[in-house]
Amino acid sequence: MAATAQTVAQVRDLGKYKHGWETEIEMETAPKGLNEDIVRFISARKDEPDWMLDWRLKAYRHWLTMTEPTWAMVDYPAIDFQDIYYYAAPKNTEGPKSLDEVDPELLRTYEKLGIPLKEQEVLAGVQGAPKVAVDAVFDSVSVATTFKKELESHGVIFCSISEALQNHPELVRKYLGTVVPYTDNFYATLNSAVFSDGSFVYIPPGVHCPMELSTYFRINAKDTGQFERTLIIADEGSYVSYLEGCTAPMRDENQLHAAVVELVTLKDAEIKYSTVQNWYPGDETGKGGIYNFVTKRGACRGDDSKIRWTQVETGSAITWKYPSCILQGDNSVGEFYSVAIANNAQQADTGTKMIHLGRNTRSRIISKGISAGRACNTYRGLVRMGSKALNGRNFTQCDSLLIGDRCGAHTVPYIESRNRTAKVEHEATTSRIGEDQLFYCRQRGIGEEDAVALIVNGFCKEVLQELPMEFAVEAQKLVGISLEGSVG
Amino acid sequence: MARLAPIDETAAGPADSGADWLTGWRNGPADGPDASPDWLGAARADAAGRFAGRGLPDRRVEDWRYTNLAHLTGLELDWSPAPADVAKESLPALVFGREAECRLVLVNGQVRPTLSTVPALPGGTVLISLADALASGHPGVADLLRQRVAVDGGALKALNDSWLEDGYVLIVPDGVTVDMPIEILSVGTGGALPPAYQPRNLIVAGAGSRVTVVEHHVGLCIGGYFANLVTDVAAGAEAIVRHCKVQDESREAVHIALLDAALDSGAMFDSFCFTLGGRISRNELRVSLDAPGAHCRLNGAYLAGGRQHCDHTTSVDHVAPETHSEQLYKGVLDDRARAVFQGKVTVRPDAQKVEGHQMSRALLLSETAEVNTKPELLIHADDVQCSHGATAGDLDGEALFYLRSRGVPEGQARQLLVEAFLNEAIDAVALAGMRLPLERNVARWMAERPRP
Repeated sequence: MAATAQTVAQVRDLGKYKHGWETEIEMETAPKGLNEDIVRFISARKDEPDWMLDWRLKAYRHWLTMTEPTWAMVDYPAIDFQDIYYYAAPKNTEGPKSLDEVDPELLRTYEKLGIPLKEQEVLAGVQGAPKVAVDAVFDSVSVATTFKKELESHGVIFCSISEALQNHPELVRKYLGTVVPYTDNFYATLNSAVFSDGSFVYIPPGVHCPMELSTYFRINAKDTGQFERTLIIADEGSYVSYLEGCTAPMRDENQLHAAVVELVTLKDAEIKYSTVQNWYPGDETGKGGIYNFVTKRGACRGDDSKIRWTQVETGSAITWKYPSCILQGDNSVGEFYSVAIANNAQQADTGTKMIHLGRNTRSRIISKGISAGRACNTYRGLVRMGSKALNGRNFTQCDSLLIGDRCGAHTVPYIESRNRTAKVEHEATTSRIGEDQLFYCRQRGIGEEDAVALIVNGFCKEVLQELPMEFAVEAQKLVGISLEGSVG
Repeated sequence: MARLAPIDETAAGPADSGADWLTGWRNGPADGPDASPDWLGAARADAAGRFAGRGLPDRRVEDWRYTNLAHLTGLELDWSPAPADVAKESLPALVFGREAECRLVLVNGQVRPTLSTVPALPGGTVLISLADALASGHPGVADLLRQRVAVDGGALKALNDSWLEDGYVLIVPDGVTVDMPIEILSVGTGGALPPAYQPRNLIVAGAGSRVTVVEHHVGLCIGGYFANLVTDVAAGAEAIVRHCKVQDESREAVHIALLDAALDSGAMFDSFCFTLGGRISRNELRVSLDAPGAHCRLNGAYLAGGRQHCDHTTSVDHVAPETHSEQLYKGVLDDRARAVFQGKVTVRPDAQKVEGHQMSRALLLSETAEVNTKPELLIHADDVQCSHGATAGDLDGEALFYLRSRGVPEGQARQLLVEAFLNEAIDAVALAGMRLPLERNVARWMAERPRP
């Protein structure tokens, strides 16, 4: 198996976290801490319209009245929100027109990332490279956006949200905060006040986006919280597949990441949102590592629309993430496919919410949680059939796999049905890798670690096959790497 | 003697959730038996403090997320109801359909010897009231009660802990098998003010003993009352305790029951709960599998219509390795009824070779019925097999079509399917004689339910 061989090679090369380094690019930062002046500073630096500043300030004032949620099964030292830089931008940000203008240091950063998605080629403009448009976010500000022209010819808008605020303010104003309001939750509210940048996508009516859109998030500068804001709108009858992948440099202090992603699909539209998250998980004792507190939500506003979330979560010290679907339109469909791997001292509390409001709405949840070492993995989900969700249908399957006797796997689903004609089914299992499976592999000369990677890949197959091709390959490798050292 | 310590009126807590409501409670239990030991007064006062500091749980308390007790705070309750006048003839026959050989009757939470029939039980088995057990200073009772009262188990348990006056006590010595089912008939009566009562029950099954308890809760009135009961079960090594509960309280009653069982090695606890009555009811089971080989089966069936709210909450704690649990709950909801099922299965670190399975199914027969399900698995060991499943929805359209295509009228076909649905759970009742009467209850409920 090629993928397994690659995993073996990758595990061998690994030694330590592959993406652990720091790029030395001059940063422009706002002073540490958070107050109204910082919010004004961020807004002013981005030359935002007044309504945007007002919205940020409303969010900030609301945030002051909120307390950090404690219900998730994660344990971490208190975060000092005044000890974080809320704005850091690479100096060289005047919108590079070509790759030559991109800071060579940044290109070297991409080089170190390896070529899992061929972004290198894309960025380098290699002929025949796959058509993957990359909006690279380098510590909060988009520095390179490619394939813009081809997208423009289809009327697709794919740019940073700051640019969108300049060029398409009416679209941003119409949709921003309509799926995740600024009062939503502690981290989403914080994000609304201080979001630095992120991606904006608008697919006009009837357009099938000609390529897969991709963003590489990287957290870079020391102590910089990253507050991405992504807004994707698929207008009537359109389709877009969006990829999000993440790596982060190694360091000792914990980093906060509180992103917000909002998706809107109108009538007959479809958004496929795929994530591979591979941020620094901390060392074996759990020191360092990213705190990933993300709010992702999609609204199927129109009839017959569809949102599909696929995620592979292998990184971060703490993951707190519930990509959700609000199924408003009749016949709309929400899907959630997730693999969450927690090793060493990682903690993941993740799942989804499917809120069925319209008639004949359907949702499907497939969640695979894998715990190893001393890690703790929780699936937390909600399926709600509203009283008008006639003939609503949900199927949920949550499986947990335990590797080692010091880890934990939890399943906490909430199932609420207020409609007789709706049908909800939930099933969950927890078990460990079968000794007979392991024995079978070992007997055929496969090392224990490779055998585990192989079995786990099989366990996750249903989810991994939902990923776009480039991601699926990377994800398979990640599964192997993430479980390194968990057996024997 | 032991009156409640006065409660600091300024203490944060239930003040806004019905200070009037608690006036009666603050006056504490009426003078307890004179022989009450000192620890009892202290334990009551301690629990009263815990309850006062907390008040009734609201939606923000995760365990009570789906069950709202605000209905209670609107009632003016009689916390120390005078013994109600109940004629023996007015008591319902046992659900078995024949007279019980052994029946202990409680009226508004107080044991009534004149209404009860308690023959001599084999091997020194004791079935008495808690008041008598405390008065006679029964050592086993005091030790277990002291230990259980000290456990902080939430606001409603604290409320019960603050009372500790009466209830039933069943003690089965080591190695004794009690063949005849022991029936506990708990009667709620109305009154000028709805009575509130907090019975505390104990079941102590010695090593190797076997006993079956049938609890039958009925309302002898149309009006409401508030029953907040706690039952402590301790099962010794290899003991087998079967507990079958039929809850057919008044449709206006609030019935909150907590059963807390601790199982020693090889012990088996088998519980079945059949819920029909109550305006708001909750049947909560907490089972701790403390030693290898302990095993529990928790099953239930419920029927709810009108504006009934019925809640089944279970928590099985696999403390020791090689322990097993199985759960199956099935319910049918009509009209504006709401049901809640919350089931938690915890496997502690190092509790290897554990099996825990759970299933909850609900049928919604009306447009306005609602079901909220929250099954939970919290696993801290790896060599385990755990699963849960939950479904909610209407009757299977294909099964209905199958029957209709064979000439069965729709109404009858629906009734057949509902009965078949619930019978899967009823089949799990260990006491064979109970099954048929329960099935008849289902048939009657279906026949009597209002048609739109």
